[in-house]
Amino acid sequence: MIEIKEVSKNFESRRVLDKVNLTIPSGKTYVIIGRSGCGKSVLLKHIVGILKPDSGEVIINGQDIGKISNKELDTLRLKTGMVFQGGALFDSLTVGENVGFSLIEHGHLNRDDLFDRVEKALAMVDLRGIERLMPSELSGGMKKRVALARAICANPEIILYDEPTTGVDPITADSINELIKNLHDKLKVTSVVVTHDMISAYKIADRIGMLYQGKIIAEGTPQQIQESNHPIVHQFVNGLSRGPITETVERGS
Amino acid sequence: MIKNFLISIGKQIISLLYFLGGLTNLAIQTFYLIFVPPFKKERIFEEAKKTGYDSVSIVALISLFIGMILALQTAVLMQRLGSEMYIASIVAISIVRELGPIITSLVVAGRVGAAITAEIGSMQVTEQIDALESLSSNPIKYLVVPRFLALSIMLPILTLFGDIIGILGGYIIGVYKLGITSSLYWSITWEGLFYKDLFTGLAKTVFFGMIIAFVSCYEGFNVKGGAEGVGRSTRQTVVASFILIISADCFFTALFYFIFP
Repeated sequence: MIEIKEVSKNFESRRVLDKVNLTIPSGKTYVIIGRSGCGKSVLLKHIVGILKPDSGEVIINGQDIGKISNKELDTLRLKTGMVFQGGALFDSLTVGENVGFSLIEHGHLNRDDLFDRVEKALAMVDLRGIERLMPSELSGGMKKRVALARAICANPEIILYDEPTTGVDPITADSINELIKNLHDKLKVTSVVVTHDMISAYKIADRIGMLYQGKIIAEGTPQQIQESNHPIVHQFVNGLSRGPITETVERGS
Repeated sequence: MIKNFLISIGKQIISLLYFLGGLTNLAIQTFYLIFVPPFKKERIFEEAKKTGYDSVSIVALISLFIGMILALQTAVLMQRLGSEMYIASIVAISIVRELGPIITSLVVAGRVGAAITAEIGSMQVTEQIDALESLSSNPIKYLVVPRFLALSIMLPILTLFGDIIGILGGYIIGVYKLGITSSLYWSITWEGLFYKDLFTGLAKTVFFGMIIAFVSCYEGFNVKGGAEGVGRSTRQTVVASFILIISADCFFTALFYFIFP
C-alpha cells in the first residue's frame, strides 16, 4: 500500500504540492490526472524517493521512505519499477543491458538466467529479438515498451508510469493501455499512472484522482470522475477551454 | 550605480561559494562511494580508455609542437650566448616541471571534461539520472567514481607520455636544425633533470585529474533547461577547470618550492 500524508513540495518560491493526501491500496491501478506541469510527475518521483518532500510522509508498505536508510531505500526501489515519460533508456547501453540493468547491477544471476529474464520481460511487452539494438535505433513507441520491460524485469510490486501514452500515435497509445492492463492482471502489481490522456485513464484505472494547484481535488472511480459535477474536474475531463481553470499554460515543474 | 555593482559582486561571490560547496560535497561522496560495493572494474577501464588512450594522439601532437617551439624560441638567445647545447636542458626542465603537466591537463579538460559534462548533462535532461536512482543505482557511484578514478590515474600517465614526446620535439630541433650531436643532447637533457622534477610534475596532475572529474561531473548534474543548458554547463566546465587547474598549479609550485627548495 502507498500512503501519501500531507506532502508538500516547493521549488524555489513556487508551491508544487500542497499537503497532498492519497492512499493507494495494493494491487490497484490508480490514475492521477491533471494539467501539464501541475506536479503529477513530482508526486510520482516522491513515491520512488527521487524527490524528498519538504514536509509530510510517503509510506510504502508501512515504511516511511524519508526515515529509512539508503540501503533500505535501495531495497524498496528494487521492488518498484518506474516508466519515465520519454523512456529514459540509457543510450550508451543496448536494449538488453537496459532491460536487465538492475539485475546486472544488483543481482547475482548467471549469464543464461539473466538473458532469460530479459527475454521474458521483452516478450511481455511484445518485443522479441531486439536485445542487441541501441535505444537510438528504436521508435518512440518501442522506447516506451522497452522502458516498461526494464521496469518489470526485476519483478516489482509497484509500477509507476509517467505519462505512458504521451507522444505516441493513438494506436500505439491503445496498445500501451492494453499492456498496462495486462501487466496489472498478470503480475497483480500496484500501479500508479500519471496522465492527462482521459481515454487512457478511463481504460486502465480502478480509481482516478485529480491534482490541481498542488492538491487532490477529486477522487473516484472512472465513472464517478466522468460524471463529476465538480466544475474543475468537469472542465478538465471534457477538455473545455472555458471554465474555472483559467490559466492557459501552467508553469513546468 | 555603486549599489548595483556591489550587488552583482555579492551575487558572484555567493554563486562561487555554492559552486565550491557543491564540488566539495561531490568530492566527499565520491571518496566515500569508492569503497562501497559493487565494484565494477570494467567501467573504470572503459573510462580510462576514453580518457587516456583516446587522448594520446592529441597530447602527442601538442607536446611535440610545444617541445619544438620551446627549442626554437630559446635557440635565438642561446646561439647569441654561444651555448645552444643547453637548449636540451631548458626544454627538458620546462616541459617536465611545468609545461607538460599544464598543457596535458588543459587538453584533457577541454577534450574529456567537456565530453563528460555534455554526456551527464544530456542524461540529466532526459531523466536518465532519475532512472538510475529509480533502479537503485547511485548516480555518483555509477557515473562519477569510474570517471574520477580514470582521470586521476590516466592524467599522470598521459603527462609522462607528453613529457617524453615534448623532449623529442626539442631533440628534433636541437639535433636536426641547430646541429647539436645526438649524444650531447641526451646527456645535457639527463644532466639537467632530477627525479624531484618528474615527481612534482606528475604528482600535481593527479590533483588536476580530480579537478577535471569533479568540475565536469558537477556541471553535468546541474544542467538545467535542455540543450541550451547542456551548452552552458559544458562551457562552464572548460572555463572553471582551466581556472582551477592554473590556480592549483600556482599553489603546488609554491608548495614544492618550499618543500624541495
